[in-house]
Amino acid sequence: MQAIDETTASQDRRAPVSIIYEWLTTVDHKKIGLMYIAFALFFLLVGGVEALLIRIQLMVPNNHFLSPQVFNRLFTMHGTTMVFFAGMPILFGFGNYLVPLMIGARDMAFPKLNAFSFWISAFGGILLYFSYFGGSGLYAAGTAPDVGWFAYAPLTSKVFSPGHSTDYWSLSLFLSGIGSIGTALNIVTTILCMRCKGMTMTRLPLLPWLYLVTSGLVFVAVGPLSAAQIMLTLDRYLGAHFFDTQAGGSAVLWMHFFWIFGHPEVYILVLPAFAFANEIIPVFSRKAMFGYPAMVAASVAIGFVSLSVWAHHMFTVGMGPAGNTFFVFATMVISVPTGIKIFNWLATIWGGKISFAVPMLFCIGFLFQFLVAGLTGIMLSAAPFNWQLNNSYFVVAHFHYVLVGAILFALFGAFYYWYPKVTGKLMNETLGKWHFWLMVVGFHLTFDFMHIPGILGMPRRIYTYEANRGWQGWNMIVGVGGVIQAVAILCFVYNLISSYRHGEDAGTDPWDAWTLEWATQSPPPSYNFAIEPTVASRRPLWDLKHPEDPDSDYE
Amino acid sequence: MKCIVNLVLNLALWLTWGALPAGTAAAQSPTSIFSPAGTPARSTVQLSMLVLSVTFAIFVTVAGLLVYALVRYRRRPTDDGHEPPQIYGSNQIELSWTVIPVLIVTTLFLATTRVILSTEAVPKPASAMNVTVIGHQFWWEYRYPGLGVVTANELHVPVSSPKTPTPTYLTMSSADVAHSFWVPRLAGKMDVIPNRVNVMWIDPQQAGIYLGQCAQYCGTQHAKMLLRVYADSPSDFAAWAKHQLEPGRTDFSDDPVAAEGQKVFMHNACINCHAVTGTPATGRYGPDLTHFASRDTLASGAIENNPENLRKWINDPNSMKPGSLMPAMHLNDHDLGVVTTYLSRLK
Ligand code: HEM
Ligand SMILES: [Cu+2]
Repeated sequence: MQAIDETTASQDRRAPVSIIYEWLTTVDHKKIGLMYIAFALFFLLVGGVEALLIRIQLMVPNNHFLSPQVFNRLFTMHGTTMVFFAGMPILFGFGNYLVPLMIGARDMAFPKLNAFSFWISAFGGILLYFSYFGGSGLYAAGTAPDVGWFAYAPLTSKVFSPGHSTDYWSLSLFLSGIGSIGTALNIVTTILCMRCKGMTMTRLPLLPWLYLVTSGLVFVAVGPLSAAQIMLTLDRYLGAHFFDTQAGGSAVLWMHFFWIFGHPEVYILVLPAFAFANEIIPVFSRKAMFGYPAMVAASVAIGFVSLSVWAHHMFTVGMGPAGNTFFVFATMVISVPTGIKIFNWLATIWGGKISFAVPMLFCIGFLFQFLVAGLTGIMLSAAPFNWQLNNSYFVVAHFHYVLVGAILFALFGAFYYWYPKVTGKLMNETLGKWHFWLMVVGFHLTFDFMHIPGILGMPRRIYTYEANRGWQGWNMIVGVGGVIQAVAILCFVYNLISSYRHGEDAGTDPWDAWTLEWATQSPPPSYNFAIEPTVASRRPLWDLKHPEDPDSDYE
Repeated sequence: MKCIVNLVLNLALWLTWGALPAGTAAAQSPTSIFSPAGTPARSTVQLSMLVLSVTFAIFVTVAGLLVYALVRYRRRPTDDGHEPPQIYGSNQIELSWTVIPVLIVTTLFLATTRVILSTEAVPKPASAMNVTVIGHQFWWEYRYPGLGVVTANELHVPVSSPKTPTPTYLTMSSADVAHSFWVPRLAGKMDVIPNRVNVMWIDPQQAGIYLGQCAQYCGTQHAKMLLRVYADSPSDFAAWAKHQLEPGRTDFSDDPVAAEGQKVFMHNACINCHAVTGTPATGRYGPDLTHFASRDTLASGAIENNPENLRKWINDPNSMKPGSLMPAMHLNDHDLGVVTTYLSRLK
């Protein structure tokens, strides 16, 4: 121990250049994880500013704050950024950091591939934003893409989207897609091949289990998107006619390709959020996870079923009654395993001794909000209801309940929970509570009230609207909620930075937790564990702390 | 009994989305999905009521249990520091919360299927009106194949009564990119996609103007691709159709200003994009202007149709509807005036 501390300390005395050099060239899964997170946080802020501008524009009817062109670019960039350059990388970041630690491994299976995946994704993000700086003409670049993050054909064909903005969209996502597939491959191999002694698949903690399912989905889903992007590029530059309707191509083909990726993508994002909740809720309730086998089975089931529901994004395309009915069925079925998860979390809390520390607060927010998201999801899966609400603000409200209410809340919980492991310092609780409550208030003002203009006929992706529609009051509330959320996130960012300097020392295991990452020092040394651990149950640290009543007797 | 059910359902709506019972929503907005004026929209509302009450019941139950658990099992200051009993699962309980949701889902699925079939799989009555809808960036073209009428942006259809149902069948396609036809009080939306023909039907049951707009992002001016459906009583509709069928006015010998405007129109690029029957103007790229002055609005419902707006529009469409595909015509003041007069006479 003593020796390790000295090496860590001595590292900090090196010249800044060599520290930067080390980060740029590192293959350590923890450093790569942190770079992913930093990169994603940056884009989260950028995407957030874009969202705020959009909401300000819509606060009042007939607003002239933004022009339609600027508005259309903003919502395209907001969606693309949040999904590909904030959501995915931040979750990969946590996965990278935590998976090897939780399975008692020293690194990922392919450390160099890991670094490659990160850098190519990062390059994708930079490329996307370079389109803004390119300006028309300069560097032969267009301005930022304005075809929507879904980039429906044929709006993306050369006729309707001249210039290069659409190429930036498609190439940057293609690159980050390569990175995602690389990381998924790495995570799968790591979990399958590098578990420590005694960790059978039935003793694997739930977080790696969920990352396994997520990574499987990345494999299956990202491929079709990349394929479609190649086809689009062929259309645009070599006169292929896959999606070019003016030459007989099909617009609906693009929709299928896109949603075969796009729907699983939602689960790629939400399964890691489940993973965080699975780790945090038991620890702060002081109980073992209720129904571990069912949790695993439900996750795997969600993974599989999510591959057969994509066309519920296409109920208004005119699929006809047979197609519609099938996708109604598949979509409604997925609510069963999802329900199982919610009930198991509830049962885990039941009979516990719940402490309302900040990570747990965020998970409680996650539980309520995910419940509502699931229920509005059931509504939307009823096709006739969907004919009314698809592409309205109701849908925007629904999926932000998933993306912000569930995923972002669980992520914040994860930040507060693992920060002490990563930095050796606790995050400030008071600021954390401010962050939480502001976030809750802002979130509900924004996204509860967004359902209503949808019900009142407000389509999404419009830069302005008429005053007689009865939408403005709701949009005003929504805008105010957005500002409050922005303040909450500033609290969080401030907390992240200031706690690093002034935070209380955390020790190795501040939450009295049970999984392996808490068995090594905070921050963990570069090789993670001095001695490779051996486990006998799902909660190895419980066994250590309660030798009189070890878990292994019950599993 | 029925009114109690309705009361409960409205209450559910209330609590789910704050102060929003179906009634007030309708009063607030001309595009609320909860004030249906036609069959497809109405059956959607009925289905919604079922779905809303089921999901609401689930919400109250689960959220209630959660709140109870959080209050009941919070750590207290008097806590003795021992871990609570560890419970690893229970087959019966887990089975029950798998089976019950399966039953609920089955019910919802069957109810949904019924509405899908009653909307999408009903035979078309012989009395139906047919209209071809063509979506354009950023306006709507309407053609009545049975009648021979061609118009733009304002769709007239006959009111349909239960006794003599005259639903209107919309056969829809797009001239450029994907759009979506959505008039919430009449029916759900249907996408309007190039190289593809979609069909939907509406049967407005009260005379009036129903508003809506394009619901698929279709480029710069997606926001101002508005929809106006005029449901006319059968006699009004017949009169309207008769009027639209008359050749547009082409003889302006009694009105020298309009006659001059007509000349300006015919000698400019206007005729490349616009049609006025009986004249050399046969363009199809922009809206048909034959009976232009009989319409209430300009530019797909974005602006009121009056001479002042018209003048501004022709002078610079992009100042009123940025991104509109009609170019500024650069006419001088005089020509602008006479063209405006001419178009205003195209009743
Ligand atoms: C001086 C010549 C022109 C006159 C007087 C004229 C007049 C009009 C009028 C009155 C409208 C509104 C129609 C309605 O709302 O139903 C309109 C719309 C339109 N015009 Fe023209 N036009 C002229 C030239 C052109 C040209 C050359 C083009 C094609 C390049 C064109 C394309 C369009 C389009 C696409 C619209 C629909 C715009 C939208 O709502 O977004 N027009 N024009
Ligand atoms: Cu459109």
